[in-house]
Amino acid sequence: MEITDEILIDLYKRMVRVRLFEEEAGRLAESARLPGFLHLYVGEEAVASGVCAALENQDQITSTHRGHGHLLAKGGDFNRMMAELMGKSTGYCNGKGGSMHICDLDLAMLGANGIVGAGVPISVGAAFANKLTNNGLISVAFFGDGATNIGAFHEAANMAAALSLPMLFVCENNEYAEYSPRHKTMAITDVIERAAAYGFPGAIVDGMDAVAVFEATSLAIEKIRNGEGPMMLECKTYRFYDHVGVKGTASNYRTDEEVEEMRKRDPLVVHETRLIDSGVMDAESIQAIKDEIQKEVDMSVEFAENSPFPELEDMLVDVYTNGESS
Amino acid sequence: MSPDNIFEGANEVSDDEANSDERKLGYGAAVVETMAQIMREDESVFVAGEDVGAHGGVFGYFRGLQPEFGEDRVVDTPIAEQAIIGLGIGSAVQGLRPVVDLMFMDFICVAMDQIVNQAAKLKYMFGGGAKLPLTITTAGGAGLSAAAQHSQSLEAMLCHVPGLKVAMPSDAYEVKGLLTACVREDNPTVFIINKRKLADTCHVPEELFEIPLGEGHIVREGSDVTVVAIGRMVDEAKGAAEKLSDEGIDCELINPRTVQPLDIDLIVESVSKTGHLVIVHEAVRFGGIGAEIAAQIQEQAFDYLDAPIERVAAPFSPIPFSPVLEKQYIPDVERIVAGIKNLF
Repeated sequence: MEITDEILIDLYKRMVRVRLFEEEAGRLAESARLPGFLHLYVGEEAVASGVCAALENQDQITSTHRGHGHLLAKGGDFNRMMAELMGKSTGYCNGKGGSMHICDLDLAMLGANGIVGAGVPISVGAAFANKLTNNGLISVAFFGDGATNIGAFHEAANMAAALSLPMLFVCENNEYAEYSPRHKTMAITDVIERAAAYGFPGAIVDGMDAVAVFEATSLAIEKIRNGEGPMMLECKTYRFYDHVGVKGTASNYRTDEEVEEMRKRDPLVVHETRLIDSGVMDAESIQAIKDEIQKEVDMSVEFAENSPFPELEDMLVDVYTNGESS
Repeated sequence: MSPDNIFEGANEVSDDEANSDERKLGYGAAVVETMAQIMREDESVFVAGEDVGAHGGVFGYFRGLQPEFGEDRVVDTPIAEQAIIGLGIGSAVQGLRPVVDLMFMDFICVAMDQIVNQAAKLKYMFGGGAKLPLTITTAGGAGLSAAAQHSQSLEAMLCHVPGLKVAMPSDAYEVKGLLTACVREDNPTVFIINKRKLADTCHVPEELFEIPLGEGHIVREGSDVTVVAIGRMVDEAKGAAEKLSDEGIDCELINPRTVQPLDIDLIVESVSKTGHLVIVHEAVRFGGIGAEIAAQIQEQAFDYLDAPIERVAAPFSPIPFSPVLEKQYIPDVERIVAGIKNLF
């Protein structure tokens, strides 16, 4: 398929939005201005951006505990997200969900999830609804390599295949299940081997290259929309920061050298080089995009800090639809 | 006795019943009839679960639905409890009204993450944006020598989780009214079908009707003692009340119908009149719904109590297989009578 200049620029903007927001969130967390856990997506931007750029607006996604990137790549709002990270009432979840439960149903983003693998069965449900109502949409589940060791993933993959649902499985293989390397948690090198066991096709994709992810996703979803059943992509990627927060102390689960080596393949740098080499953008216009988005990020911090916390009486609101909690 | 045999006869109407003015229907047959009527009026309703399609469910309470509504709306799934609930959650968020079946209530344990961490909490965690019109049907209760993994009453575990509603119909009439309410409800509900009740018949209106979730029912009025019985225990408590009336003890029998929400006001009102409370459930006594009712009654009606609150419930052991042990395990008329007499 033809990768137009427009697509290249769109992919870049999506990645920059994720990167700059996340770097800011990381700084805020380090200076104790964000409560709770923060799982940063930095390093993996090409995956969410490449996949979401290929989707229709109302195609559903489910996400992981590392979910800011997925929502931002799908067009999420900085203000509402930053406010949610601070627990403010103006946040995506009125301050009741926080980082691990970011969602935007208007963008068909069915939630980040604090339970590893748990979003995948929910994605099956969305795919089932698509099939039953014949709405032409597909559902996409993002999950990590670690999630494929969980029963929920297996149940969901098998069910999606058995019911031939319009669903794309996107494995973000960042080589670590929290702080444990892949080779210690599974006996296979490529997660994609598991797809064959469920009877659906899959492909390995360079998850540090947004164009590769976009192309693979576009090919897959064309087949899925055609009624060919679920498919899986394994995007080989890498997490630049720790499982939680930015950089842990006294942690030797991986070496600084390894991280530095992977940073040479930074998906933003890969893409900037491509933009410049192909003459789509010059360094100056790239910087202009970054400056503009950074300004939006700064404004979101201001918006969030100036937003009110929830009222204490909001505690019992929305436990149930149409009713009070007992 | 296999599950299929239990259900046999439930659709049949005896001569006596056929001659009566009031139409009678079996407990299990009421599930089928209700689902069929709801599915005719609302295209967004579908059923999914293990063996629910061609086989109609292992207890037969979905029998006949797939021939009428097709494989797209009566869906046989793999044996995959987490994915079955996930199927319900994801499709409910998309605007469908799924009824997903977990066959035996014991199997909710396999799907606890999807029920407790996902279905119950999504609306709240999402800041109210999501609606989850999801009904989980499942067969609970002991009495079939089905042993420790196919007989439990785990409603207290579910009631402890904010976001869920839990209905426990005690007869076919309540099956129809509560199931209709559950399916039309915009919150996740667990509808607990008692498997020993499947063939029992009673009067059930032909047309759909709703019993509001959270409204208990006074089965029998009385002045001496309030007996709160849950699910199938309503039958046993009725027997106990009849026996005791011969001995001059007048029982007021309350069936909460749903245990979350719980109609505590009805119980408080009754206890204010009788001054005595006995709670009966099939689940184990420790941490059962009776403990919650007792706690709320001492908070709200302490001054009216003339005696300690009595609980008649199962002992703290897994459910034994041997019929001799199981009979001893489940509360029955005799034990309820003894429990009530303890107060006088």
